[in-house]
Amino acid sequence: MSWLTSDVLVLTVIAVLKAIVILLGAVICGAFLTVVERRLLGLWQDRYGPNRVGPFGAGQLIADMIKIFFKEDWVPSFGDRKLFVLAPAIAFASLLLSFMIIPITPGWGVADLSIGILFFFAMAGINVYAVLFGGYASANKYALIGAMRASAQTLSYEVFMGLSLMGVVAMTGSFNMRDIVNAQEGFWFIIPQFFGFVTFLIAGVAVTHRAPFDQPEAEQEIADGYHVEYSSMKFGMFFIGEYVGIVLVSALIATLFFGGWHGPLLPPIVWFALKTGFFVMLFVLARAALPRPRYDRVMQFGWKFCLPLTLINLLVTGFFILLGA
Amino acid sequence: MTTETSRSTDIAHAIVDELMDRFGSEVLTQQPTLTDMPVLWVARERLVEVMQFVQQVDKPYALLYDLHGVDERLRMHRRGLPPADFTVFYQLMSLERNVELMIKVALHEDDLRIPTLCNVYLNANWYERETFDMFGIDFVGHPHLSRLLMPPTWNGHPLRKDYPARATEFDPYTLTMEGQDREQAALRFDPESWGMKRQSRDTDYMFLNLGPNHPSAHGAFRIALQLDGEEVVDCVPDIGYHHRGAEKMAERQSWHSYIPYTDRIDYTGGVMNNLPYVLAVEKLAGITVPERAETIRVMMAEMFRINSHLLFLGTFLQDLGAMSPVFYTFSDRQRAYHVIEAITGFRMHPAWFRIGGTAHDLPRGWEQLVRDFLDWMPPRLDEYERAMMDNSLVRERTRHIATHTTAEALTWGITGPNLRATGLKYDRRKARPYSGYERFDFDIPVGTNGDVFDRGMLRIEEMRQSLRIIEQCLKHMPDGDYKADHPLTTPPPREKMLQHIETLITHFLQVSWGPVLKPNESFQMIEATKGLNSYYLTSDGNTMSYRTRIRTPSFAHLQQIPAVINGGFVPDLIAHLGSIDFVMADVDR
Repeated sequence: MSWLTSDVLVLTVIAVLKAIVILLGAVICGAFLTVVERRLLGLWQDRYGPNRVGPFGAGQLIADMIKIFFKEDWVPSFGDRKLFVLAPAIAFASLLLSFMIIPITPGWGVADLSIGILFFFAMAGINVYAVLFGGYASANKYALIGAMRASAQTLSYEVFMGLSLMGVVAMTGSFNMRDIVNAQEGFWFIIPQFFGFVTFLIAGVAVTHRAPFDQPEAEQEIADGYHVEYSSMKFGMFFIGEYVGIVLVSALIATLFFGGWHGPLLPPIVWFALKTGFFVMLFVLARAALPRPRYDRVMQFGWKFCLPLTLINLLVTGFFILLGA
Repeated sequence: MTTETSRSTDIAHAIVDELMDRFGSEVLTQQPTLTDMPVLWVARERLVEVMQFVQQVDKPYALLYDLHGVDERLRMHRRGLPPADFTVFYQLMSLERNVELMIKVALHEDDLRIPTLCNVYLNANWYERETFDMFGIDFVGHPHLSRLLMPPTWNGHPLRKDYPARATEFDPYTLTMEGQDREQAALRFDPESWGMKRQSRDTDYMFLNLGPNHPSAHGAFRIALQLDGEEVVDCVPDIGYHHRGAEKMAERQSWHSYIPYTDRIDYTGGVMNNLPYVLAVEKLAGITVPERAETIRVMMAEMFRINSHLLFLGTFLQDLGAMSPVFYTFSDRQRAYHVIEAITGFRMHPAWFRIGGTAHDLPRGWEQLVRDFLDWMPPRLDEYERAMMDNSLVRERTRHIATHTTAEALTWGITGPNLRATGLKYDRRKARPYSGYERFDFDIPVGTNGDVFDRGMLRIEEMRQSLRIIEQCLKHMPDGDYKADHPLTTPPPREKMLQHIETLITHFLQVSWGPVLKPNESFQMIEATKGLNSYYLTSDGNTMSYRTRIRTPSFAHLQQIPAVINGGFVPDLIAHLGSIDFVMADVDR
């Protein structure tokens, strides 16, 4: 136990505290986004949105939390109980854990993993199980169709989501997120990796099941799909999980393509927050503006357009790197 | 005007001569009515032949417009008509001749059988099921003769005259747990009874129950789907969850007090529903409505057409997954309601038309309200077109989806915008103007492909045309009375009521008892918000109607769903449901 000096102890406690602050911050951001989104949609849809509880409706979140916690927590008697309970936990946890790899400022971040991006892919892969379990365990035909759609869609889009980031990885020569941010000190990767950015954005929307790629939920078609049987906080976990996913993907885009915390004048944390907030807005705007394409078209778009595009992007990137070397 | 009427009567009666030549007068009996169409009684044995003849005659009667029954057993005034306990009537339309024809068949209580027409007119299917449901008439040879509107476990046939019309005439309602289980079991979808297989050589089909409460079912509508993956192999629409017995209620309400019930038939149509009813009653009463009343009626009906189409547009795009437009169209509807509320005093269900005119004159300052609305709408419509109908995602979701040709549409009795989307230029307001539509200048927009996209686009254009009509109403609103000066106008003009005892008594009788109309039959068809809507009234010389038949467009549109959607995907079905623009109150009545 000689290594357990007071210095190490203090550093550990600080690291744990930082981790708790960041993950809690992510959850609060995700939860608060439910209200922010409704206010933004209200703004774009010629109406108010929730504006009654607290200043600018900010207290709506508390009201919603109280409501959702006190709803009947119903588990279908005809379904698979264990999987039914497990699904929302996976949905929430897998996305939240991905926040570990995000470097927020030079000094703040949960973990500095050498495999960085790969960890995110792994977590996104696990997230599919949440939808699959949820849909299967509900023993509901709508949920099953939703789960089928979600698994097929997420799997297809994860294929090129990985490839879309390989350009960035190749240019940095590392999977580590801090290395990637540091490599963008001169210019942001959005410039050389524009197609990588576009395809990652599309894949990010698809993986979080947000409009216009919300086919797994498609209220108008399959009545909310895989979480149709969920109520109370189990539904809440799916719900908040989706928003945590939005924050996560936005933070990733900011980190990978827009220089992370880099920016003039303002402190790094503000730059990071501004960039992330911008992409969160973009998610909400897409929902307000776009209709939903048909499910089979979404699949075609993924395989026939996005996948070739990322491959070509990777080839061209590789070509220029070799040329430079 | 009289020569015009006699000319059209000649054309309408041409078919009578053709039928007489072919079948002779022992098969056919003609009945004089106020329905503006020849009415022929046909012997039951020759019905199918006669129908095949009119369907294949030169300039054919391609559209089976309506089919239903009448319980004749309590009817007092039926001199000169063939003896009958029940009648089944068929209303046929020829768009080329621009006329209608009614065929009636007399049936006797102890032998309520009649051959089915399902092989002649495809859309006879649901109409015959409803007639069976309501009167217990057996259509021999029908492929699936079962109850349509009432639950499968129901006892009795509601439109029969011996069936009580009020809940108080029944024993108190009870439902035991076993009874509930029985009712639910009866509603379970049974694929075999519809000739569906549960599996094919390499797939097990999934049977998905969409509705009666589903976000996109637009009310209490159920459709059972046979799915292979997400492909709809076959489907069975199931209606009746919104059935209130509006036709039965008409037999208990005075001619006047039934007006509010009509509002609730197509509940997005407001006073548009009053129009065919009061026009048909006015035919029975022999009232000529002043030009001002006609113009006010047209203006308000067109306001409601816009209102209904805005609701359509918002929900249609919502069904395609675009969540914003519905909020915009609803704020437009709010502006329309602002005008409607100022003029009628109500919003959704004004019940504002009266027998012989309207309830009030236009209020002071109505011009500015209408003008504001006319200025507000056109840029909004342009915006919807640019933002949504030009959107490539919308186009991809809607173009060449759920298409039908003009001929297919007519086979299924499709009317209104859904028919015009196939390219056929048939609008009742132009073809057979009523309520003074001949005085207005407007175009009939048509589509080309008859797909979901055309059905959506067409309605935006129709709103523009309705705005044109309202503008003309605003500019040329005639002076004069808003109510006819006629003894049967209900309620009679109040300013004349206090002049002498005669008018005071009339006023009292008509408000307390209701007007008494001479025995006859009348009929009025209008171009309603969703298609052709008509009221076929039978008066037996009483304060109430003997039989009121309400033909609604949505009923036919729902029957057609399997014909256009089989082979499509679930999202296509949702797009189609959004595009046909139905409300369940209009289907079930």
